[in-house]
Amino acid sequence: MADYEDQHVHQVYEKIASHFSATRYKPWPIVHEFLSTLPPGSVGVDVGCGNGKYLNVNPNVFIVGSDRCENLVKIAKDQAPTQDVATADILSQPHRPSSFDFALSIAVIHHLSSPERRVEAIASILELLKPAGEGRALLYVWALEQKNSRRGWDENSEQDVLVPWVLTKQFKEPSKKKGESAESESGSGSGSTEKAADSEESKPFLRYYHLYKQGELEDNVKSAGGNVLKSGYEKDNWWAIVERTTE
Amino acid sequence: MKLLTANFISCAVKACKSSPLSFPLHFRDAELASKPVPYNPLLLSNLLPRLDWAALVTSSKELGFTLPETKPELPRLSASSFAATTGDGDMNMDGGAVGEEDEKTLRMLHKVLMETEVVEGKMVCGSCGFEYGIHQTVGNFLLPSHLV
Repeated sequence: MADYEDQHVHQVYEKIASHFSATRYKPWPIVHEFLSTLPPGSVGVDVGCGNGKYLNVNPNVFIVGSDRCENLVKIAKDQAPTQDVATADILSQPHRPSSFDFALSIAVIHHLSSPERRVEAIASILELLKPAGEGRALLYVWALEQKNSRRGWDENSEQDVLVPWVLTKQFKEPSKKKGESAESESGSGSGSTEKAADSEESKPFLRYYHLYKQGELEDNVKSAGGNVLKSGYEKDNWWAIVERTTE
Repeated sequence: MKLLTANFISCAVKACKSSPLSFPLHFRDAELASKPVPYNPLLLSNLLPRLDWAALVTSSKELGFTLPETKPELPRLSASSFAATTGDGDMNMDGGAVGEEDEKTLRMLHKVLMETEVVEGKMVCGSCGFEYGIHQTVGNFLLPSHLV
């Protein structure tokens, strides 16, 4: 499982980091609202922070962003000089347990390749939070139900998928310029993606995703020992605001 | 890595989580730099109650700073104490929001917590002895497979 994720998640992000980052700059509304309403001085983690696009939303809180991908972490550090970052794995986190007012994990948990590992990932985020009533986490995962998106998946589609990412020319390593530039994240499996496939460097990178069905995120949270405060659907994603259960 | 961050980092090895020796991690061979960032007394005064001061004193000593042995007392500022930010991004306080002594404390905290960066070095766990590298200000907490 870990090897599979290494090949189909970690290595891909290392290679596509700068291109991926250039396409990720707009904060999603639910995330923006969650961050903006935190009291000043709140301390949080952004587990799987990517290029750090959420680190600067609220300048009156302190966030440590972490990501498995070193290249994305470097980009995040440069973008957020008032915050901090670390390279870390979601299943072995260095963040101090039970000491955070909030946590974010946006578009990360769906990259783990078994139900057990996804539940473990959520449990490892809950563990960082202060007790119920003091600490909350916002989780966000890609939805299976996205009929109107470019992908067109619906509730009957396969949940475990490999999604291609094609590097456009300007983001390729300069020594290996061959093949066509193609549209990024072109999930069509035809046209530009295939045209470029004759050259090794132009092959799309395949990222593993588990697409969440309605209710599945909430079930995972309960299995991880958490309590769902609020949940919903926003633009092709399921989200949940969660806390630890009171014991 | 900021000194502030070290207050929220412990060993990534699961078996170490329950050991008090795994926090704070101990700095070794640290190379420091001061990276100017906007001064934010609203953040600092509300952050202070959340700090483990004893751990911060330990980390500071390892980096060659001396902090007071007890946590300084500061009024917790609220957003209404502030007017607009100045041109350089610093927060502009209304006159009288903070006394001179408190202002000094806040400036000291700003310098130590926010502006001090460990550029190169190591952080070592007092429980298992594992050494985490810091390179170009970024700490690497990925574990070798036998420790996962």
